[in-house]
Amino acid sequence: MNKFAFVDCKTVDEALGQLGDGATVKAGGIDLLDLMKDDIVFPAKLVNIRNVDSLRGITVSADGLQLGPLSTLSEIADHPEIQRSYSALSDAAGHAATPQVRNMATLGGNIMQRPRCWYFRSTDVDCKKKGGGSDECHAQAGENQYHAIMNNSTCAMVHPSSTAVPLLGMDAQVELTSKRGKRMVLMSNFYVPPEKSVINETVVQPGELITGIFVPAPAPGTRSAYQKYGEKESFDWPIADAGVVLVMDGALCRKASVVLGVAAPTPIRSKAAEAVLTGKTIDEATARAAGKAAMQDATPLSQNGYKVQLFQTAIYRTVLLAAGQMQRDPSAIG
Amino acid sequence: MADAPKIEVSRRGFLKGAGVTAASTVIESAKAFGREANSALQSVPTVGPGPLPIKLHINGEEHIVTVEPRYTLAETLRDNLGLTGTKVVCDRGSCSACTVWIDKVPALACMTLSVDAVGREITTIEGLSHGDTMHPVQAAFVKHDAMQCGFCTPGMVMSCAALLERNPNPSLADVKHAVSGNLCRCGTYPKVFAATLDVAQHRVASGLVTLSAGREA
Repeated sequence: MNKFAFVDCKTVDEALGQLGDGATVKAGGIDLLDLMKDDIVFPAKLVNIRNVDSLRGITVSADGLQLGPLSTLSEIADHPEIQRSYSALSDAAGHAATPQVRNMATLGGNIMQRPRCWYFRSTDVDCKKKGGGSDECHAQAGENQYHAIMNNSTCAMVHPSSTAVPLLGMDAQVELTSKRGKRMVLMSNFYVPPEKSVINETVVQPGELITGIFVPAPAPGTRSAYQKYGEKESFDWPIADAGVVLVMDGALCRKASVVLGVAAPTPIRSKAAEAVLTGKTIDEATARAAGKAAMQDATPLSQNGYKVQLFQTAIYRTVLLAAGQMQRDPSAIG
Repeated sequence: MADAPKIEVSRRGFLKGAGVTAASTVIESAKAFGREANSALQSVPTVGPGPLPIKLHINGEEHIVTVEPRYTLAETLRDNLGLTGTKVVCDRGSCSACTVWIDKVPALACMTLSVDAVGREITTIEGLSHGDTMHPVQAAFVKHDAMQCGFCTPGMVMSCAALLERNPNPSLADVKHAVSGNLCRCGTYPKVFAATLDVAQHRVASGLVTLSAGREA
């Protein structure tokens, strides 16, 4: 790790006053220290927000769920109200990484993680995402078995955040605060596709801090589920994960959100899969059709065609799980 | 070890100029940082990038150590304080060999900055035993031969002991979940499970379900 100065802030205003050239926000520090140890980033100053009390806390009200960005993944996973009414979120938080990481990693940090693409994380190669001179995406013709199978022509990264999957499906909003004021950003606008910016994965600007994450209360009849598939049962990032939020009227689906985690450079909703489910009775056939529809525009690379099948199955099973027609898939990690 | 130079300019980094850039950035920012601290935001304590003394509360005792902000808690425990029971394997939070308790919660010493551990209560594997008397989980690991090379063992014990603090009568699934982050290359998991369940059963049978941890306890 490079040398850096460390500023321990107690309030949001203190932290905002410290942001600027060469400063990086540090919360749980899990992804940041990883990037620093690997010489991918070299912040001159860490602005520690971990002790800012106003960024903590989980509040459930009739309006919805208010999450302090410093809520740890463990706190979210273990929260009885989240387990009851926002179960896809507690499942996603509870199956990320390891118990120790979940005790330290924060929700804000989880949605701000940098990509795990091994070309991005290696000092051996330059790539367009690093902002160097290179205009290459080495994954296109390289080792790409874990990379994107959709929207992957510019940069084939996948966003590693598991919690972003249910947050997107639940129409969550992120509150961003800067010296100029606050703004609310829908999760559907939070991530930036590589075609818009290959450098920045999110709309968070320098000088801005995530000060809250708000999930609106689910409509009556809402059921949600999240499942993650990977090579290892612990620590690993998903090779496919799916979040499904259904508004049910008996067996009839009034509204559906189908979110694919590591299929594209950003978490994405599949409008095609949602169209298959909306207004239909959820059964094995509609669930399978939703999985198929979600993958109709897939453009797998040389080594990741298997993910197309995996996502079809993940969506099929997660739709049935959300509808209460299947038990948790024993082959899923979470 | 503590005074060993921490900036390592690799041949590759040197050739790319990365090492030089990083070093000069730090010097410039240190100046800028000082100006900022002297103006509007004096109330925010800023430290580093050079070494500074910090006070850490470890195993019920206070220790004053001199560290740079970039030193991890694992480095400080091992290199400055000689508490080498905490192991460093991956140094990336992937293996949990460095598991300690921070405010009684299992956490990764390798992914915690020492300066970020100030004011928190740290318990290491050395803090579990009372002198020569092993913690019940340690004793059970010996009884069940729950180790081969032993390198993951301190982290594994910290995870299992923390589980029993939270849940004195865990199921096999609970134990598996508690050590799901602890990588054991030798594959001694079945004996780890047996040892932990043995402690729980013994404690429940004897009516003693609260484990004491740390020298202060």
